[in-house]
Order: sequence, then C-alpha cells, then structure tokens
Amino acid sequence: MPAPERPALERPAPSAVELDRRAFRRRQGGRSIAVSIGSTIVFAVLIGVGLVNSPGWADVQRSFFDLETAVEAFPSVIEGLWLNIQVLFFAAIGVAVLGSLLAIARTLRGPIFTPLRFAAAIYTDLFRGIPLLLVLYLVGFGLPGLDLFGRVPAQVWGTIALILTYSAYVSEVLRAGIEAVHPSQRLASRSLGLGYAKTLRLVVLPQAVRRVTPALMNDFVSMQKDVGLISVLGAVDAIRAAQIEVAASYNFTPYVLAGILFIALSWPMIRLTDWYTARAQRREQIGGSV
Amino acid sequence: MSEQQAAPVLRIDGVHKWFGDTPVLRGIDIEVAQHEVVVLIGASGSGKSTLLKTINLLEPVDDGRIFLGETDITDPRVDADRIRGRIGVVFQHYNLFPHMHVLDNVTLASRKVFGVKRAVAEQRGRELLERIGLADKARDYPDRLSGGQQQRVAIARAIATDPEVLLLDEITSALDPQLVGEVLDLVRELKAGGSTMLMATHEMSFARRVADRVIFLKDGRIVESGTPQQIFDAPREPETREFLARLQDPLA
Repeated sequence: MPAPERPALERPAPSAVELDRRAFRRRQGGRSIAVSIGSTIVFAVLIGVGLVNSPGWADVQRSFFDLETAVEAFPSVIEGLWLNIQVLFFAAIGVAVLGSLLAIARTLRGPIFTPLRFAAAIYTDLFRGIPLLLVLYLVGFGLPGLDLFGRVPAQVWGTIALILTYSAYVSEVLRAGIEAVHPSQRLASRSLGLGYAKTLRLVVLPQAVRRVTPALMNDFVSMQKDVGLISVLGAVDAIRAAQIEVAASYNFTPYVLAGILFIALSWPMIRLTDWYTARAQRREQIGGSV
Repeated sequence: MSEQQAAPVLRIDGVHKWFGDTPVLRGIDIEVAQHEVVVLIGASGSGKSTLLKTINLLEPVDDGRIFLGETDITDPRVDADRIRGRIGVVFQHYNLFPHMHVLDNVTLASRKVFGVKRAVAEQRGRELLERIGLADKARDYPDRLSGGQQQRVAIARAIATDPEVLLLDEITSALDPQLVGEVLDLVRELKAGGSTMLMATHEMSFARRVADRVIFLKDGRIVESGTPQQIFDAPREPETREFLARLQDPLA
C-alpha cells in the first residue's frame, strides 16, 4: 500500500562487500569494453591491410573508389534517388493497405467468406512465386500494351509492380502475427461488446503488428533496395542515373555511390524501429536480468 | 523450531534492494535450515516476491549477501546458471512451456542442464507425475490442463532436479478456490518428504498449517517472525495485528 506521507528515504552507505562487488563489476565492464575495442581495431586493420596490399588494389581503387568521379556523379544520382524515395513512399502505403486487406481476408472465418479467403490465398501463392523482375516486365510493358491507359510514366508501373509483389509477402507476415495473438484477447474484446471488425482493428492488429515489426521492417528494407529495379523499365532512378554516369566516365564509382546512398536511406528507418520496439517492450513487459 | 543445524541451507544477510528511488528491501536477514519451511506473509508490495527473485538471482541485490550452503551467490564471480540449477522455483502463473508436453516440461532441466539420459530422466519424471497424480497426462500439453493441474506440474518440474531449496511465489494466487486444495496438499507432502522451502503466500490458513516459521514483511522490513501459533494467535507488533485484522475483515 503506498503511503504518500512517508518521508523520502536515504540510501544507506554501501557496505564493504557491496563496494567490492561494484568494483569487480566495473573492472569486468572496463575489461569487456577494452576487449571489444581492441578486437574491432585488429579486425579493421587486418581487412584494411589485406585490401590495400592485394595486387590489383590500385586498379580497383581507381575504378571503384574515385572521389572525383563520385563528386561529379553525385547530383544526378541524388536526383535519381529522389525518384526512388517517391516510389518507395507510395509503394509502402500501397503495400500496407493491400497487405492488410489480404491478411484480413485470409483470416476471415465463416463459410460466406470462402471465395475471398480462397482468392487471397491464390494471390499470395502466385505473387510470392513470381520473381519481382518478371512482375515488373509484365506490368511495365504488358499493361501499357493493352492501350487502355494514356501515357503513364514508367515509375508508376514500377510502383504498381512493387505493391503487387510485396503485398503478398507482407500479408503473410501480418497473418502470422494475427494468428499469434492469443485467443483470450479476442474473447476479452468481444465480451466488452466490440464487434469482429473493431476487435480486429483495436485489439488484434495492434498486437499483431508489434509482434511482427522486425519481420515487416525486413520486408521494408528489402523493398527499399528493390525500388532500384524500376530502372529496368527505363525510369531514371538512382541506379539508372549511376549507370548513365558509368557509361560516360568508364568508371564504376557511381555504382558504389548509389550503394552508399541506399544504405544511408535505409539506416535511419532500421534504427528507428529498433528503438521503437525496444521502447514498446520496456513499457509493456516487466524486466528481469535474465 | 528444530535445534540449530550446522549450516543453514539458505542465509540472507542484510539484503537491500532499490527500484530507482524506491526501497523494496531494507536490510533483510533470514536463515532457512534444512527441512525447514519458512513462509513470508505481507501485503502486496511488501517485498516478498522481490526477495524470492533476488535469491534466484533474477534481480541483483543492492547490498548484503545471500548464501546458498557455503556459496555466496551474490558474488558476481559465481556462475549464476549453476546457482539457479541448485534452486527450484514455482511461479504464480505456473510458467510452463506451452510448446512441450507435460513430461518434457518436467524432465527438461535434468536432460539439458544436468545431462541425464532421456530414458533415466523420463523414468524419474513419470515417478514424479505418478506422485502428483497426473501420470495419465504425461503426453498432454500444458494448456489442456486445469490451473491446479498445471501448478502441480510446475511443482514437479521444480523438484525434478532435487534442488537444495524450493522457492514458491504465491503459487495459489492464480487458482480457483476449489483448486487451491490440491496444490497445497502437494506442498504438505513435499514438507513431509523433507524439502526445504521458502514461500510467499496470501493463504494464511495454509501458512498456519505448513510453516515452521512465519515472517511478516512490511515496506521491505521484517516486522515480526516466529512460529505460526505465535504470529497468528499472539502477534506482538501492532503492525502485524493490523495486517491480520484486515485479512480477517477486508472491509474493516
């Protein structure tokens, strides 16, 4: 029972035993930091020395890590990356919507929904099976060939292809999350008078998404890279821009540059989700040192 | 109390524990002799559960020492897993592994911590299940069992490796009243078999029947300790009297 009028308590001075334990832990901590720094340095030096001393290093350095070429290619590659970011933005929204709908369709119960369940199952089987590159070709060159649509830029077709493929993956991840939520949660929610849809939206999905956030992030980062594949449709994205620069300069550095930019693009998102999941875990679960 | 043994199985010596700025344990001293059953009582938040967690090294202490036999288990140099292997724990919510059937739950530690052969471990496991009256449930999964049955399995899992001391943390709090009896009968049987136990409970009638010694905790301190007769029938401290009165009539 809390007793608010109780005066704040002072921590007593630690005993000799406790001071000794703390000193030991500090030494252990110091030692493990020293070991980790030491081993990292040794590792980095070994790789660096091995690389620089390899016979072809001078050639590789010239054609892959040339600062001048990188600076020259930077404006066009970064402009291409902006297109990637736009495509990624719309594709992520599309995947979130279509993926959730598919996942829900697959978890619906009741005989009326059989065709829907069935259609969703076929869809996910199909689009997880086809290589993304094929989907890109079929959507990017096949659909415009129908002459039903006016002039649509290649990146729009690319976005659609990405949505089609990634929704299939994401829906399966979400479905696993939905099914991992304990049935007692549904019971508790329904007993409050919340209907099927509200139970799904307010109780089941939030828990499901939290459980599969790492897997979803995996798919997101994977899509972030696959956005570069829209270059096969002729859209001038970062990869395509780099390719053009490579062709002009006979130097592969623009590719390396594009690679670094893609990493820079995904890194904040990865850190953000790590931080978010750690926080949610701290908030909802009691700790313990094991 | 029985006459003093040479060395207590468990000796808690001036243990302090803080959660941030809140003191949870403020200098706890307890000795548990072999074959002794010591029961901790006290309101929620009095520090009972935290004390049990520090003994199992699930929470580090902020001061003081805990000895298991001769070993100072709060020494950071000791192998915590090895110490935990010498202690049995039963939790309030059973904490059985839902993906293993009952027999695997019971034999897991023998097989994977102590390297006992599966056949030997399973024979011992079946004997234990026989003893707790659940021999026919060996191949069932925990979620198929009633709460009382699950808790009995959890007790069997805790004693399967013959721990030096058994820690029981509110083991009947999650059970229906009519299921409490079967679990408590099992604990009495363990006491008759000579197990050394330290338990936290809200079940006063049970504490009275099974305890050799009752310790009343309040705000992280031991207020009073003594035989069940003394604590329940003639409490010395006003705080103990108030606690017991409130239990008898929660609306008082």
